[in-house]
Amino acid sequence: MYAVRMENITKRFGNVAANDGVHFAALPGEIHGLLGENGAGKSTLMRILFGLYRADSGSIYVNDQPARITGPRDAISLGIGMVHQHFMLAEHLTVAENIVAGCEPRRNGLLDYGRARRQICEVSDRYGLEVDPGARVEEISVGQQQRVEIIKALMRGAQTLILDEPTAVLTPPEVDELFAVMRALREPGTTIVFITHKLKETMEVSDRVTVLRDGKTIGTIDTSDATPDSLVEMMVGRSLPAHDDQRVPPREAVLLELRDVSVAGRKGSRARLDGVSLAVRSGEVLGIAGVDGNGQLELEEVATGLRRPSKGRIVLIGQDVTGFDTGRIREKGVACIPSDRLKRGMVDSLSLARNSVLGVHRSSDFSRRGVLLENALREHAQGIVDKYDVRAESIDQTMGSLSGGNQQKMLVGRELGRPHSVVIAAQPTRGLDVGATHYIREQILASRASGKAVLLISAELDEVLELSDRIAVIYEGRIVDVRPTSSFTERELGLLMTGQRNEV
Amino acid sequence: MGLRGNASRFAYSAIAVLLALLIGAVLIGASGYSVMEAYSNLLMGAFGGVYSLATTVVMSTPLLFTGLAVAFAFQCGLFNVGAEGQLYVGALTSAVVALALSGLPPALRVIIALAAGAGAGAALGFVPGYLKAKIGAHEVITTIMLNYVAISLTTFLVKNYFRDPGPVDQTVLLPSGSRLPELVPGTRVSLGVVIGILAVALLDHVMRRSVLGYEIQAVGRNPHAAEYGGVNVRARTVQAMMISGAVAGLAGSVEAMGTLYRFIPYFSPGYGFTGIAVAVIAGQSMWAVIPAAVLFGALQSGGQSMQLFAGIPMELMTMVQGLVILFVAAPTLGSMLLGLRRRLPGKGGGRA
Repeated sequence: MYAVRMENITKRFGNVAANDGVHFAALPGEIHGLLGENGAGKSTLMRILFGLYRADSGSIYVNDQPARITGPRDAISLGIGMVHQHFMLAEHLTVAENIVAGCEPRRNGLLDYGRARRQICEVSDRYGLEVDPGARVEEISVGQQQRVEIIKALMRGAQTLILDEPTAVLTPPEVDELFAVMRALREPGTTIVFITHKLKETMEVSDRVTVLRDGKTIGTIDTSDATPDSLVEMMVGRSLPAHDDQRVPPREAVLLELRDVSVAGRKGSRARLDGVSLAVRSGEVLGIAGVDGNGQLELEEVATGLRRPSKGRIVLIGQDVTGFDTGRIREKGVACIPSDRLKRGMVDSLSLARNSVLGVHRSSDFSRRGVLLENALREHAQGIVDKYDVRAESIDQTMGSLSGGNQQKMLVGRELGRPHSVVIAAQPTRGLDVGATHYIREQILASRASGKAVLLISAELDEVLELSDRIAVIYEGRIVDVRPTSSFTERELGLLMTGQRNEV
Repeated sequence: MGLRGNASRFAYSAIAVLLALLIGAVLIGASGYSVMEAYSNLLMGAFGGVYSLATTVVMSTPLLFTGLAVAFAFQCGLFNVGAEGQLYVGALTSAVVALALSGLPPALRVIIALAAGAGAGAALGFVPGYLKAKIGAHEVITTIMLNYVAISLTTFLVKNYFRDPGPVDQTVLLPSGSRLPELVPGTRVSLGVVIGILAVALLDHVMRRSVLGYEIQAVGRNPHAAEYGGVNVRARTVQAMMISGAVAGLAGSVEAMGTLYRFIPYFSPGYGFTGIAVAVIAGQSMWAVIPAAVLFGALQSGGQSMQLFAGIPMELMTMVQGLVILFVAAPTLGSMLLGLRRRLPGKGGGRA
């Protein structure tokens, strides 16, 4: 018997088949990983199960009974719950109010607060989902908000709980807590469908895995029979070679240096960056490890000239560039890969050709006397598309019509394809699939091999570990440690990142 | 935007116009007038014969400028509601300068007067541009405010300093050498329409080929990315607003020097505001401003003859204008009605 079973599901958006004859089945009381690259159709499939989309064809069975799901209401009444990647909570209401909204326990027509609280505490105690029912949602952490969503689903009677990329927003310790909750939920027989594109997490927590690729089911296997390599092959359709790891010994020349750089916080709050000193040498990758929100954004903005430090100096190849704007910093030979590519990296409604020169459009290669050299610009764009393997129909299509991975390749191509000596790469592979991630990491390593100095700011600890020669750990705006990568253990990094310095 | 985009945009606008005329027909019929009579008068009044065509061109010319001004500012993400005020300062400045320079040769006189009008519009456009760049004041608010300032100020100046010694508050009539030459003798079609088309060509070139236009577009579509790409966002904002103001100022210059031959307080029936509608219909393309301006000019001139010969109130045509704007500016509503909903592959479904 299956808790849920989906057969031959097809769903098209325009000409694109997001799901193309997909099969999926989850057993009662298992943690079922749903693995695939971005765009493989994972979320679409689960949104169909939860009634957010209607499948064009195919059938759904819940506990082996044919089910007609036309909306979330149907799904909920069949015992299916879903926690979305972006939470659907009312920020100004309390945890309790959010949880009971829509199914409020009533007494004499009024909300029975006492009963609501008791019900919430009962659920949260049973599964280790600690929350404070009286706290306002805007005051609690993202990890706690996720628990609120899970409790909400459970209180509506979810027997099958869909978690859409639940770890994307969590810190490493929060991920561990979530996994503990998932295991506790499995005990009484709740089925958990865990959508992810992270192999490590799939291997760690799931019982079985279904892999989707290009909208089709590649297969379902027991996790105990899987290896990370075999899963990658299922996801990508080929195995990825290990990075060509030519670690040239870093040279002595310091190309980028931050000296005692601070960024003041809002009045009364602590500094966002507090006396950060870093030196990046030619031929090395200096990785910044840290939990998101500990000053990485400010570090990126200061280093790329988007923000003036309130104190300290920034030195680029021997020249003081403190207070230079981004344009001038770029002119000095800094390639900038922004953490927010949609906001900072591209103009999504302009063509690839136009985007390919943003930031260098004033150079004599691309304009003369205030007029753009259309041919040079198109050639340049086509060059990036070819060299960086950007999947695009034409350089005239808009940047926004590319997938995230191809947008990022275009961007990385633009930045690394022009003369530079320093690379500031912030979250260079955020949200990208395995293939694109692999490719972009290779480009960064190639930059290093040719003697560039690379400052890598990434929330992905694995990425920092894989690429960096040295790692600087950032916590609450301070660099708490800088050392060669090999001298850190993962546990040590985890503790440093979460501010537990004394326990290291 | 490619050719296909322009073509479908044109088709879409044409359908919107037809739909508006259709509903207009229902309204005319319901008001007890003959639809046939109304629309034949509308058509003849707009396009039937030299005189009608000339009237349409005259009515379209100021809209060509104000529409272009608003469309240009759109490209920088700016909503210039101040074209009306910029038009007034342009008109008064040009009229006064053209009168003052009566000693110069006519060609020079006209050129300097036009430049002065454009300069005055640019100066008025500078204010909201600067306030936006410097302190983030929203240009919609500041331009609306400045409309009152400009309209009242020009009226004040005329009454107190530049008044024709007759019974009416207006400047004296421009001598013929200070006027824009007539293109078609006996009509009021002046060189202004040619200047308007040249302005469209120039700004289209700027927008599509120049570094300035590229940067303005980048600022308009994503100021954060523009900043990251080393574009001086504030400078472009001020420049775009000044260029827009200059073009709107020219609308006034051309009216004063080519149609009215003087400045008259409150002369504009809202050319600056109708320019917004023209720009909305034109969308991203500078060239599309021309047909859009002609459309509104034609509704205006045709509507006049409808009122004159069929006795149908002009207000019904104003309503049709409103409907055109509604259908074009509310694409979702319009396309839902027409079943033309654009398919958006991948959007909303691409992430998994």
